[in-house]
Amino acid sequence: MHAPVPASIAAAGPAPRYGWLRHLRHVVTGNPVTGVAFALFLLLVIAALFGPWLVPYDPLATNAAAALQPPSAAHWFGTDQLGRDVLSRVVVATRLDLAISVAAVALAFVAGSVIGGLAGFYGGWIDRVAGRCLDTIMAFPLFVLAMGIVAAAGNTVENIVYATALINLPFYARMVRAEVNVRREAGFVQAARLSGNGGLRILAFHLFPNALPPLMIQVSLNMGWAILNAAGLSFIGLGVRPPTPEWGIMVAEGANFIVSGEWWLALFPGAALMLAVFTFNLLGDGLRDLVDPQRRT
Amino acid sequence: MASVPLLDVRDLTVEFATRRGTVRAVERVSFSVARGETVGIVGESGSGKSVSSYAVLRILDRAGRIAEGSITFGGVALDRVPERTMAEMRGREISMVFQNPRAALNPIRPIGRQIEDVLIEHALAVPATARAMAVEALRAVRIARPEERYHAYPFELSGGMCQRVVIAIALACRPQLLIADEPTTGLDVTTQKAVMDLMVELSRERGMSVVLITHDLGLAAAYCDRIVVMEKGAVVENAPAAEVFAAPRHPYTRRLLQATPRPEAGLRDLLPHPVPPPRPQAPGAPLLEVRDLVKEFRGRNGAAPFRAVDAISFTVHEGESLGLVGESGCGKSTTSAMIMRLLDPTSGSIRFAGQEVGTVPASRFARHPLRGKLQMVFQDPTDSLNPRWTAFRSIADPLLRLGGPERGAGRGALRAKAEELARRVGLPTDLLDRFPHQLSGGQKARVGIARAIALDPDLVILDEPTAALDVSVQAVVLNLLADLKAELGMSYLFVSHDLNVVRLVCDRVMVMRGGRIIEEGDTGRILHAPSDPYTRALLDAIPHLPAAAAPAGAL
Amino acid sequence: MTVPPKVRLAGRRLLQAVPALLGIIIITFLLTRALPGDPAVYFAGPAADAASIAEIRHRLGLDRSLPEQFLTYVGDLATGNLGTSISTGQPVLQEIITRLPASLELTLAALLIAVGVAVPLGVLAATRPDGWVDHACRFVVTAGVSLPTFFTGLALVYVFYYLAGWAPAPMGRLDIISLPPEHVTGFYLIDALLAGDVAVARSVLAHLALPALTLALFTLAPIARMTRAAMLQALGSEFIRTARAAGLSRRRILIVYALRNALLPVVTTLGMVFSFALGANVLVEKVFAWPGIGSYAVEALVVSDYAAVQGFVLTMALLFVLLNLVIDLTYTLIDPRLGLEE
Repeated sequence: MHAPVPASIAAAGPAPRYGWLRHLRHVVTGNPVTGVAFALFLLLVIAALFGPWLVPYDPLATNAAAALQPPSAAHWFGTDQLGRDVLSRVVVATRLDLAISVAAVALAFVAGSVIGGLAGFYGGWIDRVAGRCLDTIMAFPLFVLAMGIVAAAGNTVENIVYATALINLPFYARMVRAEVNVRREAGFVQAARLSGNGGLRILAFHLFPNALPPLMIQVSLNMGWAILNAAGLSFIGLGVRPPTPEWGIMVAEGANFIVSGEWWLALFPGAALMLAVFTFNLLGDGLRDLVDPQRRT
Repeated sequence: MASVPLLDVRDLTVEFATRRGTVRAVERVSFSVARGETVGIVGESGSGKSVSSYAVLRILDRAGRIAEGSITFGGVALDRVPERTMAEMRGREISMVFQNPRAALNPIRPIGRQIEDVLIEHALAVPATARAMAVEALRAVRIARPEERYHAYPFELSGGMCQRVVIAIALACRPQLLIADEPTTGLDVTTQKAVMDLMVELSRERGMSVVLITHDLGLAAAYCDRIVVMEKGAVVENAPAAEVFAAPRHPYTRRLLQATPRPEAGLRDLLPHPVPPPRPQAPGAPLLEVRDLVKEFRGRNGAAPFRAVDAISFTVHEGESLGLVGESGCGKSTTSAMIMRLLDPTSGSIRFAGQEVGTVPASRFARHPLRGKLQMVFQDPTDSLNPRWTAFRSIADPLLRLGGPERGAGRGALRAKAEELARRVGLPTDLLDRFPHQLSGGQKARVGIARAIALDPDLVILDEPTAALDVSVQAVVLNLLADLKAELGMSYLFVSHDLNVVRLVCDRVMVMRGGRIIEEGDTGRILHAPSDPYTRALLDAIPHLPAAAAPAGAL
Repeated sequence: MTVPPKVRLAGRRLLQAVPALLGIIIITFLLTRALPGDPAVYFAGPAADAASIAEIRHRLGLDRSLPEQFLTYVGDLATGNLGTSISTGQPVLQEIITRLPASLELTLAALLIAVGVAVPLGVLAATRPDGWVDHACRFVVTAGVSLPTFFTGLALVYVFYYLAGWAPAPMGRLDIISLPPEHVTGFYLIDALLAGDVAVARSVLAHLALPALTLALFTLAPIARMTRAAMLQALGSEFIRTARAAGLSRRRILIVYALRNALLPVVTTLGMVFSFALGANVLVEKVFAWPGIGSYAVEALVVSDYAAVQGFVLTMALLFVLLNLVIDLTYTLIDPRLGLEE
C-alpha cells in the first residue's frame, strides 16, 4: 500500500480549473454528501433572509388558550408554554443565530489572518508577542473564557459576537502563521523578492492566497463551532434574552418540560441548531476532500 | 542462460485504480536475475522502474494490483502465494533498501531494536540473543562503536549512517536478493560511493543477488553486471552492461546515453541532433567582486556561532560562467543567497557593476536600481513557482514590478513581452495560461528561466538548475542556458554539487568545503590535475559511463 | 554533576507554565476591572443607590490605581481569598473546593469513555479506509461535533428517563434518600466503593451514566478524528514500507510502528479536547443539575454574583493549565526526539 504512485498518474490529479462556476459544480456534484450539505446551506440562507415573511404566525404572539400543544396540522412544531408557534420561532431564529456566528467568524478570520500572517512572515519579536497573546487566550478553556468575557463586559448580543470572535481567533492566527511560515523560504517567495516585490506585497499576494484553501475549510468548520458556542452561551442565560426567538434559549426553556414529556419545545430548536452545525461541518469536510483527498477525516 | 534464474519476472503488468479509471503503470515487463548477479533497472521518472520492484515484493499501494504476468523466485510463484507466505519471504529471502534513508526508519525506536524486530520476526533470534546479533549486523555495515549506536535514534545519525542501518535491517536475515531503490539519491557523492561500495562488498561476500534501481546511468555502469532499460512502463533494452554501453540497440537507450554527461563530451554532444556551438564570449571587465565575505549564524543555546561562509573572495567577469561546486552544507547556497541579496552578510564586501551592494539590507534591496540586474534560477522548478499563479503571471511579475516600458504599457504589451520570453526559452505560448501543476518538470524549469531573464539581468545565479530534472531534459535545459547566455550577454554563477555538469557550462570552477574555497582554476585544469586532495576525492567518487559509451555518431 | 536531559526538559516545561499562569491572572484581573461593566454596581446589588455604590467602590479598592489594585488582587490570590459570594454568603474558595470533585468526577469519567472508544475506533477506521468501520467513524465524528451537548443531554434524559424509565431523574449525583459516602477522594464512585457500599455505588453510577455519556459523545469526536488522521499518516510513511519490506507481521507494524508514532500527535490534541470538555462541562452540569462548579457559575451568572464567576473562570483556567502540563510532560517523556538534541 505504500509504493509511490508513478508521477504520470499523480499528475492526473485534480481537474484543471476553468473558472469559479464550473469549479463549484464540480464540488457539488463530485460528492453527494457535499451536494446535500450545499442544499442545506441554501435552505439556511433562505430562512435567514426571508424567514420573517415565510412563517405562518407571529413568533412573539402569545396565546394562553393554545399553550403547550403537541405538533398538529395548525402548529407543525407545536406551541410553547405561552402558546407561541414553535415553527415560526425556529425559522425566525435562523437569522439571529447565523448573524452572530457569521459576524464572529468574519472578525476572527480577518484579525487572525493579519496577526498570523505578520507573525509568520516577520518572525522575531512580532511572532513572540503574538504567540504569547494567543497562548494566553488558549490557556483558558475557551467556552469558559467566553462566559467570563460576556459576564464582565455586559450581557449583550454584541458582546457574544466579540467573545466568540476572540476565542476563535487563535485558530486562524495559528493556521495562517503556520501556512505562511512553512512557505516563507520557498523558491517562489525568493523569486518574488528577485522580481522586486516588497515584504508586505509578498505576504498579501504570494503567501496569503496559498494559505486560503485550508483557511476556507477552517471557516466552514468554525462556523459550526461558533453557532454551538453562541447557542451554548444563551442556553445558560447569557446574551440574547427572552422573548427574542433564538435556538439556544428555546432549548433552555424547553428543557424544563422534557421531564414532563413535552418534547417538542426543545426538540425542534435543538434539531435546527444541530442541522445548521451539521451543514457547516459537512461543507467543511467536503471542501477538505476536494483540497486534499489523502487527508479525509 | 543454462541455470535457473533466482528471480524471474514474466510479462508483469501492474494497474493502478485512479479517479480517472485504471492506469497501467507497468506493461508486460520481463527480466530475470541470476544468483550472485547485480542487475540495474534504469529509467527516467514515470518509467515504472520502482513499481515493478514493489510488485515483486507485493508492497504496492492499495490502489495498485498485479494484473497479469508471473513472478517466480527460487521456484516459488510470488504472485500466487498467500500473504502469510509472502510476509515470511520479505526480509528473509528478498529485502529492500529505499531512497531517503532517514524517513525509512521508525523515528521513535532505537535502531538496534529495529534490527532485532526483523531477526525475531523471522525466528533467527529470540529476545535473549537478538541484541548480540543486532550489534553484529551494525558491525557488518561498518558502523563504528556498534554497541553504543544500538541505542541511537535515526535523528541522531547522518544520512549516510541511516542508509547503512537500513542496509543492516535488509541484510540481517541474509536474504538471497536485495532490491535497492535509488539507494543513494539525495546523498553526497562521496557518501554515495561509500554506501554503494559497501553494498557491493556485502553482496560479493554473501553471494547475494542485487537489483539496483536508478536514474543514473553512470551509477548503473559502475556497479551492475546487466542493465534493464525501462521507458514508459515497458522494458526497451535488456543486456549485459558492457553491451548496453558499447552498442546500445534501442533508440531510447542511445538517447539516454547521449544525454548523460561524461568526461569527453561537450555540451552540444548531449543533444540528439547536431547543433552548432554557441558563440564564444571573451570575458570582459569584472562584474561581481566578492571580498572576504563572511556569514555567521548564531549558535543555539549559547553554542559558539557557526561560520557557514568563511571569508571567501572571488570575481565574476562580464560574459563569464563561473562554477561553484561543493557537497551539502559547504556554504554554497548561503553564498549565493548573499550575492542575490536575499540574505545579509556578517562582514565582507559584494561589489556588483561597480557599486557596493553588500551593505544594502536584503529587506530593502527590492527597490534598489540593480535589483533587476541580479537574478536567479532556482533548484526546484516546482517549489519556485507560485502554485496559484499561471505561468504567464509568474513571468510577468518581474515586468510588472520592475519592468521599464512594459510596466505601464497595458496588458497587451505585457502579454507580448511574456510571449516573446516564452519563445526565447522554448516554452509553447499556449502553455502560458496553465498552472504549475499542469506543466511538466522541464516546462516549469523553462518558466523559471523566462522569469529570471525577463529584466535583462547582467548576472544570473543558477542554483542546481537541473538537479530535479531527468537527464534528457537536463541536456536540453543546459544547452538552452548556454545559448541564452551568448544571446543576451549575461554572466553565470553556476552552483552545483555535480562537477560533471558544471564542467559543461563553466569556464572556471571553484571548489568549496566547510565555508571556504579550497581550490579555484580553469575547468580543464581542475578536472584533470586537481591540486587539493578533497577535489580529487570528489572527482573519484563520481560514477562514470565507460569511455566507449555513446560514440559521437550514435544516431 | 549533570542533570539528565529529559529531567532538564521536564523542568523547562514546568517553567513554561509560568507565563500562562501570569496571563491567566492578568486576564481574570482585567475582566473585572478594565472592561466597561462596573463591578461595584454588581457587588452593590440591583437596589443600591449612588452613595452605597461609591462606598462599595472604596471598600473594594476600586478607587485606587490599576497597578495598586493588581497587587492587591495578586495578594488576595496568594492567600486564597477569592472574595465572598453575594448569593450564598460563603467564601468563593470554600464553595469551589466543595464542588470541584463533582465536576472532576464527571469530566474524567467522560474522558475515559471517550478515549476508550475513540482511539480503537480511529485505529480501525485508518486500517481499512472506506470500510464500514471508517464510515461509522466518520458518522460518529461528524455527529459528535454537530450535536450541542445540552441538546444531546436533554434527548438522553427524554429517552432514558421519561420514556424508558431506566435512568434516575436528572437531579444531581445521588438519590435523595441516599447519603453521600464518607469523603475520601470526593469522587462518589470511588468513595462508595472504598466504603464497600454497593447500593450507593450503584446509585452514583446510575446518576453519572447519562451526563458522562453526553460529555463523552462530544469529546469523542476530536479524538477519533485525530487518531484516524494520525494513523493514516503513520501508515503512509516510509518507515512502514521498510517494516513491510522486512516482513514484519501486520500486528507488529500496526502497534509498534504505526500506533506508537500516531499516539504522539493524539496526545498533543488532548489539550484541545480538555478545553472543549471543560467548556461543555458547564452545559452538561446545568442540564443534569450536577452540583459541580459549572452549575455554580451558571447560578451565579443569573444573579450577577461576580466574585463567584471570577473564581470559577480562574479555577477552570488553572485546571486547564495543570492538565496541559501533564500532557506536555507525558509527551516529553515518550518522544525520544525531545531533549536529546543538545
